[in-house]
Amino acid sequence: MERIPILKMGDYLLITIQVDMHDKLALTLQNDLTEQIVTYKSKGILIDISALEIVDSFIGRMLGIIASMSRLLDAETVVVGMQPAVAITLVELGLSMKGIRTALNVEKGMAVLRATLGEERQDGDSSPEF
Amino acid sequence: MIRVLNSESMEIRTTEDIVSVRQAVRKKAISLGFGLVDQTKVVTASSELARNTLDYGGGGTAHLEILENDRRTGLRLIFEDQGPGIADIDLALSDGFTSGSGMGLGLGGSKRLSHEFEIQSAPGAGTRVTIVRWK
Repeated sequence: MERIPILKMGDYLLITIQVDMHDKLALTLQNDLTEQIVTYKSKGILIDISALEIVDSFIGRMLGIIASMSRLLDAETVVVGMQPAVAITLVELGLSMKGIRTALNVEKGMAVLRATLGEERQDGDSSPEF
Repeated sequence: MIRVLNSESMEIRTTEDIVSVRQAVRKKAISLGFGLVDQTKVVTASSELARNTLDYGGGGTAHLEILENDRRTGLRLIFEDQGPGIADIDLALSDGFTSGSGMGLGLGGSKRLSHEFEIQSAPGAGTRVTIVRWK
């Protein structure tokens, strides 16, 4: 079965979307990702869309769903690598991608995750575990 | 006067067909010499409309036409279905309106991404959406 690979990188999971997304593939990705977040106790997800030539409302919605699902499983999502032409088109399309964090590339996305999770960890040190 | 230089029709029956339509539109946009941003806009609009045809119209046909008038060339895309049709077109064009599982940006969004936009629809009579993007 066709599926999008998910790479484990320390505390994070990296997904590189390189193929034209369709419904079945999106559902498979949601299943695979949520399982891996739980298995590896991942705290951060990076979704690299630099190979995507377009992002339509279907893919935008899928990214939003993945970010929401991940948040429920205590993981932060950062979408990285959006092409400039895609950003221009998304704004005209009316898709603001609210609630989805973005960074220019994987490296910067990792820095965003590190900063966010680092802060949370410091907060967590002072409060009791439950 | 507008002349149609080239016309191609494609069936939209599955989500894989949406991918094929996108690829065909991209190819035509490139052949017309569209810049990357214009290509991206027209391909994105075609993706939204092809998905509407499949999700709301129960499938249909896409017609891809290369146009020429005295001053410029362009790409006309027509999406036709024999589905339930749209009762309130103004409402369907407003952002956030959706009767399905999408984000409700398909019609209004593809209108913003095009130079010309036309929709013909009535309950029980199917839907036909036409967009044009000039070079």
